[in-house]
This record gives sequence, C-alpha cells and structure tokens, in this order.
Amino acid sequence: MNSTDFLLEGMINAFSLIFSLNPYILSITGVSLKVSGTATLLAALTAIPLAFALSFCNFRGRQVMITLVNTGMGLPPVFVGLFIFLMLVPAGPFGQLNWIFTPGAMIIAQYIIVTPIITGISIAAIKAVPRSIIETAYTLGGDRKDTVIVTLHEAKFGIITAVLAGLGRALSEVGAILIVGGNIAYTGSIGGIGEGLSYTRTLTTAITLETSRADISTSIALGIILVTIVLFVNLLANAIQRRE
Amino acid sequence: MEIFRIEKLWVKYGEKEALKNIDLVIRRGEIFALMGPSGAGKTTLLRILNLFEKPTDGCLVFEGVRLNGTHMEKINARRKMSLLFQTPSVFSASVFENVAYGLKIRGVDKDTMEEKVINALTIVGLDGKERQKARTLSGGEAQRMAFARAIVYDPDILLLDEPTSNLDPANVAKIEEIIMRIRSERGTTIVFATHNMYQVKRIADRVGILLNGELIEVNGKERIFAAPEDARTKAFVNGEMIY
Repeated sequence: MNSTDFLLEGMINAFSLIFSLNPYILSITGVSLKVSGTATLLAALTAIPLAFALSFCNFRGRQVMITLVNTGMGLPPVFVGLFIFLMLVPAGPFGQLNWIFTPGAMIIAQYIIVTPIITGISIAAIKAVPRSIIETAYTLGGDRKDTVIVTLHEAKFGIITAVLAGLGRALSEVGAILIVGGNIAYTGSIGGIGEGLSYTRTLTTAITLETSRADISTSIALGIILVTIVLFVNLLANAIQRRE
Repeated sequence: MEIFRIEKLWVKYGEKEALKNIDLVIRRGEIFALMGPSGAGKTTLLRILNLFEKPTDGCLVFEGVRLNGTHMEKINARRKMSLLFQTPSVFSASVFENVAYGLKIRGVDKDTMEEKVINALTIVGLDGKERQKARTLSGGEAQRMAFARAIVYDPDILLLDEPTSNLDPANVAKIEEIIMRIRSERGTTIVFATHNMYQVKRIADRVGILLNGELIEVNGKERIFAAPEDARTKAFVNGEMIY
C-alpha cells in the first residue's frame, strides 16, 4: 500500500466513523464539549467582571493583577496540568477530594488556562470603547453603574469574541487535560470499536492515543471533528467582529 | 434669579492654570455665551459647571446649594443638566435608544419615554428616523440627535460646547433655532461656548469673554459689541487680537 492509498483509506474510514455516529467518537466529542464548555463558561463568569474591575477601579495590587493576567495568557498548559496534578493527587493538599483523573480536574485546569485569555482580550475590548462614550453617559446624568453598563454594551462584541477565543483555546488544549484527566475510557467493548465510551478522553487527548496506537482512521475522524468545531467557533468570532 | 454662582474658582493642571480666579453668576432662563479663542478655558469652565471636573480652588453654588462634592449631591445636580460636546458621541444603538438613554437611567416608564423621544426628535427634525442605526447618521444629523438626547428629559440647564463648529450653515441655523425654541418653550438656561461672534450676536443674552483662563468681562451682548469695558474685549471683538 503506497502513502496515497494509506491516507485515502484513512479518510474514507474516518468519514464512515463520523457518519455512522460511532458511539466512541460521539462520547469523546461529548466529553470535549462538556469539559471545555463548562470551563469556558466558568472562566467567562470570572474574567468579565475581573476585566471591568481592572479597567474601572483603582485598587492596591491592580498592576500586579494585570501583570498576572498578561503572564497567564502565555502560561504553558503542561505547567498548569502539572500544578493541578500535584494539588489533586492523593498525597497533595486537595487529594482527599478524589478529583484527580475526573472531568472536574480537567475543567479546573482549563479554567486556569482560559480565564487570563478572556480577561486580557476583554480588557482590550473595554479599553477600545472611546472615552467620549463614557463621558456622554456621565453628562446625561449617569452614575458609575450606568457608565459600566454603557461600556459593557459598547464592548459586547469584543467580549463575546474573547469568550469564543477562550473556547477555541480550551477545545484545542491537550497538555494539561492529558495530565490531570488521564485520557480514560470506560473498559469494555462497544460495537467492536475502541475500548468503550469516554470518561476523561477528549478529542485532543484521543488523537494522541489513537495515533500512538496507529489507528489512523479514528485519529483522522477525531481530527476532522476537532477542526470543524474550532473552525465553527472562529467563524462565529469573525462574524461577530464583522458585525462590530 | 441666579442658577449658578462661581466664586474665586481656579483650575490648575500641574503648572498650567486653565482657569484663574473666576467669579461668575448665570441667571435662570438666560442664554449665556462663553466667548474666547481656542484654549481660553471655555470647555474647562463648562466641565466644571457640569461637575465633570473638580476645581483646584474656589466654589460652585448651584440653585443656592454649595456643592462640596458628596456623590449624591453631584449626581442629583448633574441630572438637572445636559452637556453637549462639540463632536457628538453616538452609542452603538438605534436613534431611539440613543435619545431615550437619559430617560432610561431616570426610570421613566415606556409610554412616557416613547412620547418624549418622539417629541424631542420632532423638535430637531429627525422624526421618522427612530429605528435607524445612530452611527449611520450624517454629521449634522448626529449633532441634532445628540441635541435631542440632551433635551429629552427637560434639563434645567443645557451646556453646549461649540455645538455648531463642525456643521454646515443649514444645520447651524437649525441648531440655533432649536436653542431659541427650547429657551422660549421650556425656560431652559443655556450656556454655550463659542468663538463665533455672529452666533453670539444672534442668540445670546449675555456674554462672558475668556482669555487665557481669565474671565475678563461679563456683560449684555449689546454692551460687549458696542461699548466693551475692557480693552482686550474690544481688541477681541474687533478681530485685532492675535492669539
């Protein structure tokens, strides 16, 4: 079999897996969306108020927090994975929670990775709102709360873009969730494909496993789904930016 | 009857003195022009009147109450005023939502809001454009929309910072007509900054001349133009002053 045949066969089998709604593939996609979606939602709930506080309030430690956010935007995911792993292993400070190798641990890791990204991009969106808009709200009788609402309204597309960028980052992240999630599928055969449904196995961690096992069809199928989801998220972000 | 009293007011930005020892009384219901060259301190004085900036020294009395700077005092006082900038800022929303903003933050009910917004838009000649995105308006229309937004909640005082400097003659005439109409129909006190002497002659009752942060003369417009007391005023209105 030459290389073209090998890739062609891999692609055909991959599409067959996708269109036959293979349970293993579906469960992995489901875990990916659940973990990354929850982490992004929690991160957005923290990051957006934090971005407003860092943009509007002058408090002690503000500059340190901004530096932390900027540093966090480039934090290596494997380091976050290692840190959470050390916190959650039985011998670690939070070991008694028994969260290691669970979707919960993966959500925590992605939350730590995504929060600075959403915060940083949201701060940029808030700072892009012209000062004159905020002043206009003041001149029309607005107080501090009203000006924050006006800023939120004006920066909404930028903030939505920040959340989508965070979601894209979470979906394509592999290092941290591999360490804290363990890439686990339930034991037992389902339909003769794979070893059962995913517990902590996501699209990215499954690709690393299936590639190492030389299961090219499954890897390609997972890759196609991952790229499609990330592409859809980015198209949505672009559409929002165009609307702005 | 006075609405504003400014006593010995100074504004300094580091070494720069933006306003120097200003004493001024604005009377209720009058159209008062702050006239002077660019950089004279007109905008700074309007921002002080709108409680937008704190003076370095001196005090501001509004409706007989000395404003010492408590938060609620300022909010309550500011809610009786409107300040219109030279270049209007437009919220990313429809014309209706822009004009309704001042009513919304005052908790006005929906029916009253609709009635007042339509009325304000009719006054400025933008009726029928309620649903249009405000950022698609022309410069003149945007300034008139900002005017509607400023008058929609019937403020006692309208502060205008060179409201016609970027407009064509037709829009200038329209804005001046609105200013006169607002004053005669609602008794609104209007303070406007300008360096356009012809506009001052057309619409002002009294004039204050600002030069380099100093209020050199305050008088009725006839007196300012016909027989000014200060030699610098005479030089300014005769166009002899080089600045």
